[in-house]
Amino acid sequence: MGEGAIGWDGLAASLVLVVVAVVVSFRRSLGLEGTILWACVRAMVQLLLVGYALAVLIDDDTPVAASWAWVGVMLLFSAVTVQRRAPEVPGAFALALAAMGASATLSLATVFGLGIYPVAPRAIVPIAGMMIGNSISGTVSAARRVIAELSDNHAEVEARLALGQPWSDASRPYVRAALRTALTSQIENTKAVGLVLLPGAMTGLILAGTDPVDAVLVQAAVMFLILGCVATNASVVGIGLTRRLFTSDHRLARVTRRAV
Amino acid sequence: MARPWSEQNHRMPASLFSFEDVVLEADRTRILDGATAEVPDAGITCLVGASGSGKSTLLRLCNRLEVPTSGVVRFRGADVADLEPLAHRRRVGMVFQRPTPFPGTVRDNLQVACPGASDEELGAALERSALPASFLDRVADDLSGGEAQRMCLARTLVTGPQVLLMDEPTSALDASATGMLEELACGVARQGVPVVWVTHDLAQVERIADHRLLVEAGRVSDG
Repeated sequence: MGEGAIGWDGLAASLVLVVVAVVVSFRRSLGLEGTILWACVRAMVQLLLVGYALAVLIDDDTPVAASWAWVGVMLLFSAVTVQRRAPEVPGAFALALAAMGASATLSLATVFGLGIYPVAPRAIVPIAGMMIGNSISGTVSAARRVIAELSDNHAEVEARLALGQPWSDASRPYVRAALRTALTSQIENTKAVGLVLLPGAMTGLILAGTDPVDAVLVQAAVMFLILGCVATNASVVGIGLTRRLFTSDHRLARVTRRAV
Repeated sequence: MARPWSEQNHRMPASLFSFEDVVLEADRTRILDGATAEVPDAGITCLVGASGSGKSTLLRLCNRLEVPTSGVVRFRGADVADLEPLAHRRRVGMVFQRPTPFPGTVRDNLQVACPGASDEELGAALERSALPASFLDRVADDLSGGEAQRMCLARTLVTGPQVLLMDEPTSALDASATGMLEELACGVARQGVPVVWVTHDLAQVERIADHRLLVEAGRVSDG
């Protein structure tokens, strides 16, 4: 067992905090006890399955192609997740797949092309996982913001179209505002790292016994990659979704933001 | 073979817009139900009808912000569906029910319609809409309702439209601002730019209409 491993006993001990969450829900009559337990069981099962799969994938005898196939499956699942979380977004699956495919390609090409990490399963799978996983909320947020901006400013957009502006010009100020909002939370996260937030990769490395400065270097690289990914995602979503919301003869489709 | 003299000279002048059995359905609702009408190519034509009758939809068909589910909309004889939409919208200017100032100054607003226009040109456009040229530096969002609607009129006129569509443009204005906008529209029509004005206000129709069309339950008849 590695230096930072906690074993089954450690995991069982950490369940105390799940009990705390259940007790809080019960005492405050939140009605979330079942949901909390189900979420924890589901997370455990998913993580264990992934853990065993990763053990096979990153084995030295496993071909690299299997890791790339795993990345493809992650992309598909993340696109399905985006579609489920943002049902009001037309063509969300294809849009998310294109956006996350583009950002994963860009980030992995950067990581391996610049030699930050070697092209090995041990690097491909976790890095792609972090990029894609962190891109899901950014993709959903960007798509929802684009819909909200164009819906809230429907009258202004139509006034611009009525002046003879093409859809790309008529939508630009509103899509720009949407993407700024969608990117701001990631930028704020990047700024807060280290002060109020010790991110997962760094914490995991430190718990596993890595020198904190080395862990920081890894985390910084990951943060920058995530930022690049979220920016790529947001712009692909912005362009792709806006194009879908207008007809070829420059009319704005009826867009409805989701009630919150 | 040449046509007889009578046929050549007694043809009806081409309509500004004609609607030929136009049906428009949206969200499983039939908004226009076989609308057929001719809008004359001069003066102010009022499309009159109650809320939900389909009069605004007819207007939006004129500059292709909507397209019919079936039927044909013609602009001076040409099927609107065959016209290049952006060029058509600049020929057929539109002022909406509520003022839609864009962020920035009045100058910024007018330059959206006419990029690269000089201050003299923009000032002249404002004066045609009864606003002083000094308004160019005003923040558009700070204008009163009447001023904002006149700025929107100026923004539309600066594109040099051949037709002006006005979709209940005075519904959010007080009596004084309403009177001023009606006067401006009459002036535009007198200068040879036909105006199509949507309203539900019969008194307004009496004040400004040269022609009127009644819109009821998605169909059109002479008012």
